[in-house]
Amino acid sequence: MTKVKTQSLQKKGSDLAQSNKQLEILSNGIFQNGELPTFKAKISETSQFPLKAKKLEILQINVGYMCNQVCEHCHVDAGPDRKEIMTRDTMKQCLEVIKTSGAHTLDLTGGAPEMNPDFRWFVEEAAKVGIKDFIVRSNLTIIRANKKYYDLPDFFKKHNVHVVSSMPHWTQGKTDKQRGDGVFAKSIKALQELNAVGYGMPDSDLRLDLVYNPSGAFLPGDQMSMEKDFKKALMEDFGIQFHNLFAITNLPIARFLDYLIASENYEDYMYQLVEAYNPAAVANVMCTNTISISWDGYLFDCDFNQMLELPVNSKSKHISEFNEELLEGRNIVISQHCYGCTAGAGSSCQGVVA
Amino acid sequence: MSKTYYDPADLRKFSKITEWGEELGNKFFDYYGKVFEEGALTAREKSLIALAVAHTEQCPYCIDAYTKDGLQRGVTKEEMMEAIHVGAAIKSGATLVHGVQMMNKVNKLDG
Repeated sequence: MTKVKTQSLQKKGSDLAQSNKQLEILSNGIFQNGELPTFKAKISETSQFPLKAKKLEILQINVGYMCNQVCEHCHVDAGPDRKEIMTRDTMKQCLEVIKTSGAHTLDLTGGAPEMNPDFRWFVEEAAKVGIKDFIVRSNLTIIRANKKYYDLPDFFKKHNVHVVSSMPHWTQGKTDKQRGDGVFAKSIKALQELNAVGYGMPDSDLRLDLVYNPSGAFLPGDQMSMEKDFKKALMEDFGIQFHNLFAITNLPIARFLDYLIASENYEDYMYQLVEAYNPAAVANVMCTNTISISWDGYLFDCDFNQMLELPVNSKSKHISEFNEELLEGRNIVISQHCYGCTAGAGSSCQGVVA
Repeated sequence: MSKTYYDPADLRKFSKITEWGEELGNKFFDYYGKVFEEGALTAREKSLIALAVAHTEQCPYCIDAYTKDGLQRGVTKEEMMEAIHVGAAIKSGATLVHGVQMMNKVNKLDG
């Protein structure tokens, strides 16, 4: 029987809902007593400290932490009880930035971004700007959650949105364990509906990519092999097609950190991350070409730093004072969670980086 | 002095065996790495074989290592258990097939 999760850490009043508590854990223990090197010490070995932002390529906008799911490992601590939602005014400020920015990719995330009441307005307006790659990170089940979302595949198609969706495994057991009871069946149905309007078909321009992140305290396997296995299983069992699989490492923050500690896997997991450290991945970590914008308009190096409330190290701190020139070359704010993006072939919202 | 013969943390120190015998240690790890590369068998198939052998050898380090390796490759718990049954079947079969030797001996001595 899979566990049913219903509440965020914040709602439960957990200590780990506080970012400073998480940062404390990540700085103490094995990193304080010298058993493992800090991320700063590690990247200094190859003269990669301070990590510097390059030219901006990706604007990732988190339009709110509300979600219809309460996934076991969510780094956002998202859920139905989260009320942080981007307003239309902040969206308007984002649109101004999208129009003038040199970024080639716009990446909307959440929570379930579709639950923001102004989501469709924002997509319509942003699509008019004509950005090269317009991503919406959809959790799939939202498409089947309520009648008002049933037409999302057509809506995405109309605006040529690139759909990126999470799928932890091609079997029901492993998927529902991580994401909640019934998630697998709904996700399969949603993928079939996306396929039906043309998403994910081999020659289709309607991009449908899946995100794989492990269901437990282990690192993702080789992205290409996993993609092959996912494609074979989803096609044979359900006739589903998709384009690429992005293998993403779970970062030790928020609910995944809570899970690691509760299951007594924290130290082993940090060892795994540090042992798999790959200096080649450091050069391409996503924080060096991305700006993450929070629901209330603040700027961060990545979605993970947003959740840890580590703002950008720049005078340009809010969307209202967005200054691409000032942001380029800034020092990236780091802590031990960054090991998650440099393990093995590296990890980013677009999968491996090395 | 460790209170138990096996400490899970020792697995992390495996590579240190080269410190007391560099040449042979390095040769072993080179060979080991090569064996598990994708070949006529996939790395996933090799991982499942390793898991089965880890059990027949009753090596706790290997069981930890190849359970995790399997999870990383998306191997399901059903696949892992089937692999272990293959190992167990060969192990028990290897015991029982010696029964023929016993029968031969009985027949010769007391037939």
